[in-house]
Amino acid sequence: MEDIKKRIRITKFLDYIFAIVGLLSTLVGLVLLFTLFIDLFIDGAPRLSYKFMASFPSRFPEEAGILSAWVGTFLVMLVTAFAAIPLGIAAGIYLEEYAKKNWLTNIIEINISNLAGVPSIVYGLLALGLFVYFFKFGESILTGGLTLALLILPMVIIATREAIRAIPNSIREASYALGATKWQTVQWHIIPYSTGGILTGIIIGLSRAIGETAPIITVGALTFIAFLPSSPITSEFPFMSFKWLSDPFTVMPIQMFNWVSRPQAGFHVNAAAAGIILLLMTLLMNGFAIYIRYKFRKRIKW
Amino acid sequence: MSNNLKSESRKLNFFYGNVHALKNVSMPIELNKVTALIGPSGCGKTTYLRCFNRMHDLYPHNRYEGEIILYPDNINIISSGIDPIEVRMRISMVFQKPNPFPKSIYENVAYGLRVRGVNNRKILAEKVEKSLRGAALWDEIKDRLDKPAFDLSGGQQQRLCIARALATDPEILLFDEPTSALDPIATSKIEELIIELKKKVTILIVTHNMQQAARISDWTGFMMLGELIEFDRTDKIFTAPSEKLTEDYITGRFG
Repeated sequence: MEDIKKRIRITKFLDYIFAIVGLLSTLVGLVLLFTLFIDLFIDGAPRLSYKFMASFPSRFPEEAGILSAWVGTFLVMLVTAFAAIPLGIAAGIYLEEYAKKNWLTNIIEINISNLAGVPSIVYGLLALGLFVYFFKFGESILTGGLTLALLILPMVIIATREAIRAIPNSIREASYALGATKWQTVQWHIIPYSTGGILTGIIIGLSRAIGETAPIITVGALTFIAFLPSSPITSEFPFMSFKWLSDPFTVMPIQMFNWVSRPQAGFHVNAAAAGIILLLMTLLMNGFAIYIRYKFRKRIKW
Repeated sequence: MSNNLKSESRKLNFFYGNVHALKNVSMPIELNKVTALIGPSGCGKTTYLRCFNRMHDLYPHNRYEGEIILYPDNINIISSGIDPIEVRMRISMVFQKPNPFPKSIYENVAYGLRVRGVNNRKILAEKVEKSLRGAALWDEIKDRLDKPAFDLSGGQQQRLCIARALATDPEILLFDEPTSALDPIATSKIEELIIELKKKVTILIVTHNMQQAARISDWTGFMMLGELIEFDRTDKIFTAPSEKLTEDYITGRFG
């Protein structure tokens, strides 16, 4: 009896030890991140203003702003989304619902997971060769957007496949048993029931792409741009233009990098302020992803 | 019964890859009667049932041999020249676990018709009502057709699945242990429904529950290890089986 009591005391003590180790590990991560946020905020907050958002870069830190950077980021993301979403979803659906399971699809599967882990600078080199030199898209928004699309394509494919795999097989069988074809099943069941998971994956992919710097510099984004790309909306028929696709650009992280590497303290403040904006953009996207996941989970339960 | 057949399997063999799951199963299915399949787990009864709507075609490495003849057309529905989709449009299935779509009650029942390109609202509404009445569900849910199917109880969900299968006027209705996930009250409702349904449609049912087979079926087949051991009128199987194995099974000596 005494033995058992002693044993229980020892194991309970171990329990206690691990609880403390776990708590400390959690805190290290959280506290560091939180400090980083606070530091960034204290540094950058004084520069945040409408003027900062609406001004072009300048030689004088007080007059410099991030207008060309956030417009560039927005347009590049637009291209990325338009390229990566349809390709990624279509590939994911094909691999899950259509492709036969054999050694070839196994190899493809392994390689897609590997592609998701390839360093982004490598994508930059690939894109430089493919989009800039081969297709001659130039150092443009189109090139930048497509480069980031390549980068997040594996993530979109993986998210799509995960979301599709969560659909129970009994639902597919129910659909096929009523005489549905593959496409009818995909169109009426697979896509609607996996939308939540797919959208979440897309947004997480995009929020990674928004902070990428290396591949964008590789394909030739500029660091100092004092003009905006041509407007996508025009006053004359057909009221839209795609000339902006071929315009040079910069994006938020590049603008930040540019400012950080200057000697004047004023520019460091600018970099911190731009960091706050970039962080807010990412948080907003992630928050939206969580909201979508919550909303779709509520509607569908198995 | 030979001139009143709806279907018939002749020397049916089935393979999951190298596993020989059905061995020379020859069995008649009489028109507008209930034919039940009983046997221990893994005996191949569900495998046999799923041959009738070509469900095995959905998965790789599956192979049929032999014939399943569908009357009156006299076609072999497992031959490679017959499109599985055509077979599934004529032979419907109700699964073991209720599997409604996460859509409204109405859309669940209408689905088979939509697959066939029916979009006329009036026709859809009529068919949905008729099928729900046929599945003895209409009175319980007629005021909430637009509510999610998952809000229904397990027994109601299974009857919804029956309504969904009925909506397209199938010639044969396959039931794969339809009550194994349900409580006794829901089970007896489904059993009454099956007896009612056989006036209009031929029924083939797999069941784990021997009493259920005895209560609702006209013919019973006893399967073991992929073979059909005995096939006869239900009352004969349960009172005076000709095979020793059948007798041992139904008296509970194994299984």
